[in-house]
Amino acid sequence: MADYYVYTQNLSVGYPKKTVLENIAIGVNRGEILTLIGPNGAGKSTVLKSIAGQLKLIAGTVYIDKTDRSLISKKVLSQKLSVVFTQRLRTELMTCRDVVATGRYPYTGRFGILCAKDRQKVEEAMALIRITAFADEDFAKISDGQRQRVMLARAICQEPDIILLDEPTSYLDIRHKLEFLQLLQNMAREKKLSVIMSLHELDLAKKISDRIICVGEHCVERFGTPQEIFRENYMKTLFGVTTGSFDETTCGMELEMPKGEPKVFVLAGAASGQETFRRLQRRGVAFATGILFENDMDYPVAKALAAKLVNVKATQRIGMERLASAKELASKCESVICCREHFADWEPENRELYEYLQRKPSYRG
Amino acid sequence: MRRTRAVFAFAVLAVLLVLTAVLNVIIGSVRIPLADVLEIFAGRGADVTARTILWQIRLPRTAAAAVLGGALALSGYLLQTFFHNPIAGPFVLGISSGAKLTVALLLVFAARRVASISSAVMIASAFAGALLAMGFVLIMARVVDKMSMLIVGGVMIGYICSAVTDIIVTFADDSDIVNLHNWSRGSFSGITWENVAVMSVLVFAAALFIFLLSKPISAYRLGEMYAQNMGVNLKLLRVCFVLLSSMLAACITAFAGPVSFVGIAVPHLVKRLFGTAKPILMIPACFLGGSVFCLFCDLLARTLFAPTEMSISTVTAVFGAPIVIIILLRKQRA
Repeated sequence: MADYYVYTQNLSVGYPKKTVLENIAIGVNRGEILTLIGPNGAGKSTVLKSIAGQLKLIAGTVYIDKTDRSLISKKVLSQKLSVVFTQRLRTELMTCRDVVATGRYPYTGRFGILCAKDRQKVEEAMALIRITAFADEDFAKISDGQRQRVMLARAICQEPDIILLDEPTSYLDIRHKLEFLQLLQNMAREKKLSVIMSLHELDLAKKISDRIICVGEHCVERFGTPQEIFRENYMKTLFGVTTGSFDETTCGMELEMPKGEPKVFVLAGAASGQETFRRLQRRGVAFATGILFENDMDYPVAKALAAKLVNVKATQRIGMERLASAKELASKCESVICCREHFADWEPENRELYEYLQRKPSYRG
Repeated sequence: MRRTRAVFAFAVLAVLLVLTAVLNVIIGSVRIPLADVLEIFAGRGADVTARTILWQIRLPRTAAAAVLGGALALSGYLLQTFFHNPIAGPFVLGISSGAKLTVALLLVFAARRVASISSAVMIASAFAGALLAMGFVLIMARVVDKMSMLIVGGVMIGYICSAVTDIIVTFADDSDIVNLHNWSRGSFSGITWENVAVMSVLVFAAALFIFLLSKPISAYRLGEMYAQNMGVNLKLLRVCFVLLSSMLAACITAFAGPVSFVGIAVPHLVKRLFGTAKPILMIPACFLGGSVFCLFCDLLARTLFAPTEMSISTVTAVFGAPIVIIILLRKQRA
């Protein structure tokens, strides 16, 4: 742990009367992004606030650059660490430039008057985050996406080594989510920032994070790279999902699998079946499908929705055994749907299944 | 451009201050023309009555209205910043009424034992009452986070304090409450130079202190979390907020009784005038604005139905309450 730029040791966080999480050991290097994921109310914000020093630590230590954070003076800390919180700011007659300029606070003198250098830093930060166009507009009157970018520019202008963000993408639509996270990634890379944030979007968390902390209901369950975290069925456990499913490889979510014995057999594969699967799910019709290679895009959807599934490893041949079980499944179903007509060289069994199904009276194209 | 606007706005306030001050000095039951005023200042004026009126009544009253008006607006500004609430002020939060209660107690129970009560003792008792009311408001603010609830709670505290004050006044001897009645409704009358000296020292000291705090206050505007991240010592700042706003409210109440709405109306008007809410500008501007507003209202209170004098709160309410309504309507729309 001690190699990280920021790391915690035996950290316990919470409130005077109630410890929320205990024994947290996490770390992040410079230029890296560390993301907290986990269910609502588990304590992601509490962890962030504790690292930032907004909450007193219950126990343990936060180290920044090998120094105990509690030994760093308020002023020095404010030049090292900046924050972007979810709660909406209630500003009064402040332009976006004014808000960004508050980031210079730790660098100004007794009366907080900006010098030429401060002004230049403000303009630079705004140019970097591309908000100069609306710099003179009232902060209270711009959109959520713009506001979040202003807050990021404010944090950047504080020239920190570490930025903490609490669910920075919450109010943003997909375009602004992507823009915002891209900016954040650029900043982390170019300015060698350590970024620690919480995210709700698991798919984005998986993509942007160098490391992920999983904050469960009672403890920090896991800490590691996205590869280590996104293991099969873990997200369902972490979030206590009981309805529907989450696929860790694609980060795709599906609603509940229709109940009962399969009534329809779907010949799918080569990404041809997903929409049919979902249409059957919407009507509540249980179905069987096959024969799917596990690297097929239909596979995660089928795994989530099909009552019965014949599948095969991506690197194996299908084989007559699987063909036989697919035929048997199909023969038990009331009807058959074929989603494809063309088959690759390595799947002659699927072609044979197709021809077999066409001869059935219940066949539908 | 912003700088020009600030300079212009300060100039407007300064001109208005001089203008209202002069009008307050010359207008009254006895009209003293400006020329005579200047004569008296130069020590040449012959008319003894005019001289007495000017030195003993008009000047101290004008000075008090200016100083206390400034204090009132500043106290309102501090409370609004502290509670992140545009309609907070010493009057609506019940702080003035708390101060009124303790001063009334002092006047009724001490008046029989001592011949006269010094300004310092008056202020000390008002300060105690203001802090007491502020304590209740702070407890409420911990429980409720809604702006409207805080205000309703403050108004209730104000009513309770006023009710207790009324009970005390009702059961006090008439001789004890000769001055109490006028004072409890709010008035700048009967202020002496000694009062002016004491209040000026306290108010200017507090105002200077607040001005020195303008940097942390400006950080505080973004909310406590960001302020802390910027390295502000929050605990200390909160204590300063509470003590200074109570101190200012206490000064006003001790000398002029509870004066309504100035604390809300003036910061609001001044922010519009300056087009910004930067504390480093707002602190002096609110002070000036409060002075102008109170001088203007006191002029009306004295002269509108002369020789009958209205309470200052009546006049400030007429101008101040509509502004509160406007703020509320705007908030609702936003």
